[in-house]
Amino acid sequence: MLADKDRVFTNLYGIHDWRLAGARARGAWDDTKAILDKGHDAIIDEMKKSGLRGRGGAGFPTGLKWSFMPKEVKDRPHYLIVNADESEPGTCKDRDIMRHDPHLLVEGCLVAGFAMRSHAGYIYIRGEFYNEAQNLQAAIREAYDAGLLGKNACGSGWDFDLYLHRGAGAYICGEETALLESLEGKKGMPRLKPPFPAGSGLYGCPSTVNNVESIAVAPTILRRGATWFAGIGRPNNTGTKLFCISGHVNKPCNVEEEMGIPLREVIERHAGGVRGGWDNLLAVIPGGASVPLLPKSICDTVLMDFDSLRDQKTGLGTAAVIVMDKSTDVVKAIARLSQFYKHESCGQCTPCREGTGWMWRVMERMVLGNAHIEEIDALDDVTRQVEGHTICALGDAAAWPIQGLIRHFRPEMERRIRARTEKLAAE
Amino acid sequence: MSMITADPKDVPHVEHFAFTPDNLAKAQVLMANYPPGRQASAVIGVLDLAQRQQGWLPRAAMVEVAKLLEMAPIRVYEIATFYTMFQLKPRGKYLLQVCTTTPCWLRGSDAVMKACQHAADGETFSVQEVECLGACVNAPVVQINDDFYEDLDEASINKVLDAFRRGESPKAGPQVDRQTSAPQGGLTTLRSE
Repeated sequence: MLADKDRVFTNLYGIHDWRLAGARARGAWDDTKAILDKGHDAIIDEMKKSGLRGRGGAGFPTGLKWSFMPKEVKDRPHYLIVNADESEPGTCKDRDIMRHDPHLLVEGCLVAGFAMRSHAGYIYIRGEFYNEAQNLQAAIREAYDAGLLGKNACGSGWDFDLYLHRGAGAYICGEETALLESLEGKKGMPRLKPPFPAGSGLYGCPSTVNNVESIAVAPTILRRGATWFAGIGRPNNTGTKLFCISGHVNKPCNVEEEMGIPLREVIERHAGGVRGGWDNLLAVIPGGASVPLLPKSICDTVLMDFDSLRDQKTGLGTAAVIVMDKSTDVVKAIARLSQFYKHESCGQCTPCREGTGWMWRVMERMVLGNAHIEEIDALDDVTRQVEGHTICALGDAAAWPIQGLIRHFRPEMERRIRARTEKLAAE
Repeated sequence: MSMITADPKDVPHVEHFAFTPDNLAKAQVLMANYPPGRQASAVIGVLDLAQRQQGWLPRAAMVEVAKLLEMAPIRVYEIATFYTMFQLKPRGKYLLQVCTTTPCWLRGSDAVMKACQHAADGETFSVQEVECLGACVNAPVVQINDDFYEDLDEASINKVLDAFRRGESPKAGPQVDRQTSAPQGGLTTLRSE
């Protein structure tokens, strides 16, 4: 288990003061100037060495992403954008960072913004997080008042302004280019890539979009050294990670643990175990709604990191662990996710706009067994026609949970169909 | 995504909308967050101010926002109908946004939803089914105006609603004995000072 001394989010539960004085007492803003004095490229190199992979779901190496920004600022300003549109079902970690330790994020913005030679950053927070936005805005104001942001931030000679931007309810704005559209005052409809944001992002300027957790861990990594961070977890899957454990556990909770911790351990050690005991487990969605679920047999041994879960044809995603015990109607659980994606599709691409609705309607029939056996294959086939055929990954995200269900729970789907057919024949 | 129509019968006609001086000042602060000429970036925030002032978002307010931000009105209508937090018709004093996405559903959001639907009278309470609110380890969750009420069941949501009926402001957050998102009954981490 990760030792408390190696935890980054030491006020995860909001037990202590979240304001500047409290944050400073916990080590935030400690000689930030010394970090900035290392220089833009040295910071990026250190981030690369730490092995940090993006915490928003895709797991792209953060340092590498920062290095895509132009090395010189020319006619267009550079922007740092923080994705705080946390809406992936099962995920509620960024909320805790913003309400309980907002200065970790604010300091991270300065460091990341400086590394990519930007003088301005925007944090895009989902509109429903009203109180979280209040705390974060207060933290930004405190940082300005203390000379940590703004002109000559932290006495570094670098000017950096940070702004909070509230959304208004749209899951799609968590997709980086939809977020940029929304930030420009438009509907959140994803852009085609290329051009990538590092070339042409906000207002057509070089921009980098990072998840809250990725940015918030950066100052600690730079203070304690890449070697420290890289020494936690497994190769290519390094560091600490916030896990959100929800569903049928005795004590749902958020917790910071090391990458690569066994799924069973994270559930039993921190979340009080599966309701009714481990043997009462049916399935787990290991990384938020978008990733395929795993049956108990795999949950017994699987490790919680990017590569281990990818090997099981699922993903770490946001490390939102959704636990389902044997009382769960698993088809209905996934059908509800299909409804979610149908609701959240922005409607731009035909395969997603039409496909999410179609998949949801078929899933609702599958819940009742009101289908033919062959339709399971037809459904699987349609998920593959949506997957990879849309501008953004929402189409993929809608397809994968259904593919996972068919992969692992096909007998249950067939059983329902047969039971209903037999019942109708008997009547 | 909610739909807007030309003149829906259940939407009262609002002839004129003007920001209060206080809200106008707030709108200008928001607009100053963006580079010159990019004031349209503030549209969500300024619409939110209008909605807070009026209680909902009538067409006249959208037109006023368009004028203020120098946007074509259609661009503002697009925003108001794309984002789910904009209320295009009047609602009760308290908007009950009940999350029913899988993590909440697994922990009994059906019963919570039922209780909220039972309470919805259109005046004190309006109810809306919403997608994931992002507080899944405190499921089931209901957002009531700006606050999250968490770890609910049928009894505790009814208690919260009764308190609102009496004109009180019940304490937001977990409705069980619990520190925010920490495991109930004692910390497993961060026990050292």
